[in-house]
Amino acid sequence: MNRFAALLDRLAYESGRNAKIRLMADYFRATPDPERGYALAALTGALSFANAKPGLVRALIMERADPVLFALSYDYVGDLSETVALMWPAPPAHQRPNHSPLLSEIVEALARLPKRDLPAQLAAWLDGLDDTGRWALLKLITGSLRVGASARLAKTAVASLGDLPPDAVELVWPGLAAPYEELFAWVEGRAERPETGDPVPFRPVMLAHALEAGDMAALDPAHFSAEWKWDGIRVQVVAGRAADGARVVRLYSRTGEDISPAFPDLVEALDFSGALDGELLVRRDERVQSFNVLQQRLNRKSVTPRMLRDFPAHVRAYDLLVDEGEDLRERPFAERRTRLEAMVVRLAAAHGAASRLDLSPLVPFGTWEELAAARADPAAAGAGEDAEAVEGVMLKRCDSFYLPGRPKGPWWKWKRDPHTVDAVLMYAQRGHGKRSSYYSDYTFGVWSAGPDGDVLVPVGKAYFGFTDEELKAIDKFVRANTVNRFGPVREVLHDAEAGLVLEVAFEGLARSTRHRSGVAMRFPRIARLRWDKPPREADRLETLEALIREA
Amino acid sequence: MRPEDLLRPTPRGLHCPVGDFYIDPVRPVPRAVITHGHSDHARPGHEHVLATRETLDLMAIRYGAAFAGATQAIAYGESVTVGGVRITAHPAGHVLGSAQMALSWRGLTIVASGDYKETFDPTCARFEPVPCDVFISEATFGLPVFRHPPAARETAKLLNSLTVFPDRAHLVGAYSLGKAQRVIALLRAAGHDAPIFLHGALASITAYYEAQGIPLGPVRPATGAAKAELAGAVVIAPPSALTDVWSRRFPDPVAAFASGWMRVRARARQRGIELPLVISDHADWDGLLASITATGCRELWVTHGAEEALVHWAGSIGLRARPLHMVGYGEEEGEDAPAPSPAAPAASEAGEA
Repeated sequence: MNRFAALLDRLAYESGRNAKIRLMADYFRATPDPERGYALAALTGALSFANAKPGLVRALIMERADPVLFALSYDYVGDLSETVALMWPAPPAHQRPNHSPLLSEIVEALARLPKRDLPAQLAAWLDGLDDTGRWALLKLITGSLRVGASARLAKTAVASLGDLPPDAVELVWPGLAAPYEELFAWVEGRAERPETGDPVPFRPVMLAHALEAGDMAALDPAHFSAEWKWDGIRVQVVAGRAADGARVVRLYSRTGEDISPAFPDLVEALDFSGALDGELLVRRDERVQSFNVLQQRLNRKSVTPRMLRDFPAHVRAYDLLVDEGEDLRERPFAERRTRLEAMVVRLAAAHGAASRLDLSPLVPFGTWEELAAARADPAAAGAGEDAEAVEGVMLKRCDSFYLPGRPKGPWWKWKRDPHTVDAVLMYAQRGHGKRSSYYSDYTFGVWSAGPDGDVLVPVGKAYFGFTDEELKAIDKFVRANTVNRFGPVREVLHDAEAGLVLEVAFEGLARSTRHRSGVAMRFPRIARLRWDKPPREADRLETLEALIREA
Repeated sequence: MRPEDLLRPTPRGLHCPVGDFYIDPVRPVPRAVITHGHSDHARPGHEHVLATRETLDLMAIRYGAAFAGATQAIAYGESVTVGGVRITAHPAGHVLGSAQMALSWRGLTIVASGDYKETFDPTCARFEPVPCDVFISEATFGLPVFRHPPAARETAKLLNSLTVFPDRAHLVGAYSLGKAQRVIALLRAAGHDAPIFLHGALASITAYYEAQGIPLGPVRPATGAAKAELAGAVVIAPPSALTDVWSRRFPDPVAAFASGWMRVRARARQRGIELPLVISDHADWDGLLASITATGCRELWVTHGAEEALVHWAGSIGLRARPLHMVGYGEEEGEDAPAPSPAAPAASEAGEA
């Protein structure tokens, strides 16, 4: 457990993706089964328990510490698990356990431990662990562990043990369970590839490249078909039957995360057998709602009946990977599309208007100019009332196979031009990792009328979109024009005549009570530096408010 | 007779009215007794300074030979009488030359310990408890959450990171007096014998440590070193340099920081540290309690840090205690060095030496 805790601790501080993979791979290499398998489960979120409430942890420390000293410490550290882990007193020498508990022992013991024995057992474990081990155990056991790496990254680290592509692990993953001994045996070349027993496994998704201005000249419109790019959540819906004949439906995010529990309405309504690729949207009054509406249904811990009623989830399908057990991924897109259409028609016939699944229509075009026109005005080009949820068009080569990852060439995304606004840099904060010597996180504002004339009000924060050269230039500007410091944050000069104007691009706007300006931007990034523009010519808050009203 | 007749807190520092001298004064005074060379305790501009030879030398390195009107060296175990007050120096185990100053007068002994740690440190003489009536203690890490792990465990963390990331430079932030040299000595003790690279600000003090007979192995200036040499190497720099333009020269650096504050995750995250190393030159909570108890003092005065918790603890064991609410201490460790003037952004690039 101490060793795993040290890994968790290091992952929490490390910002580089490759560095995280290396740290995890190093741990897996040095740690025997089944310990590393339970660690993998904890890293991927497959292992979570919430046996202990914070009250129990507090009670344990109160038996061992002065209440005033605990209160002062908690106040200083600010986190219960961490405070207790740090101040847990070493037991007297004769009571010290001669063995530090392993994660695997803890997992196995928790599975059969009567509830009343938990406090004593937890205390004994804490006695045997070091401070980092105590911290990780308390986080894990109270269900509040945040892993500084995604499940995908942990699987990539496992794959790297055997120089396998990450998708290889992803493919066998759904059929496996902790402690994953057969998985490690396979990646280390000691055993055959494990058989997946999951009737509804995830298939790694295919992603598109962004179309740049120069790309189009080399592409022949006759080779491509186009469809709308919907502003929802990419999902893979897999439906089938378990060995006992029970119907199983699962929704996966594009990274393979099982998101079914958040969408019981869809799981209930989707009735087919196979695997399809589509967009999760909220569809209300026969109209697809904007991303802002969908967002109100996302990231909610519990799904209430009211949410199911007010935010009905819907899948708009655009690809079929498996049809009645037949794998279509190595068939051309055109053929998969025909099979998909047939399936959706079949389902529509069975469910009528109540269907939670429909087809993402193709956008007809003969030349790139025609497609550009459709992209500029989706409402007139067939998207109709749903045009608001269109964020561009997708181009797919008619002969393309369904390939995992982001192969360059077969699929392209061509987004609508983003909204832009000229805003003034107000505050800058140092970045992390490679950027820790740079002021790379920017808070920017637009003009608004105040009681004593116009003032800048912050409307958002952006930390990418600029080139390395631009970053250096902004960093230099920040260092040379600091008017105030608040820890890692610097306030930079921003008045009507002097300051830096940033052209900020963003995808959408919503009302927000969290920002003083009352608006929140979606996906803001720095599009250009406007050294040429004096701050007084930057945009006004009214411009943003008008954009919200239009939407 | 009350202890306050011998020593009392004033805005300039602890003042001894009998001998008319100050201990670690924060403003220029006619007569100063200085416990150790950190800039919050040892300031320039006093008329007369009494301190250990090493502390006087370190002050001269930092402030120039004319840092005081006159100086007088005192060795560990030696006594000097000033206005009837006998001052005796004892090792404090904090940094090279750090001393507890024991003041004796008419049968009363007060020990001003300055900053101290009771654990072993290969770069300085080990703290020894001095029997006294009043013990004056710091409380930098005066909360029970501060329990420093063995320094060897933290060094092992750094060495392990070097093997996992052999192509990244490991930038270790460490205070230029004491911590930097201790980190080097710890790495040597753990068998790391590769050259260690130093920020320019550490060069003269590190050379002084070596001249005092503390072996630190091959150390080289980081400035001018080839990028390839720095991959997989340990580079030691003052903490402020980690976020400075200076750090950009290193290949994909890992930002480490050797400090007792690194025990608390939020502190490490705040500074953007990737590899926190809990290595401190101050006593931790257990160390404070053990050291205070070992003096057998009947009264405890607490100077700076988390006074409240330490005073509460003393009360719980029936020891009389008072916080002194001293200001001006703890800054060398608490804050970044002053950043370059905003008007001259190029200064930090040119000034790293």
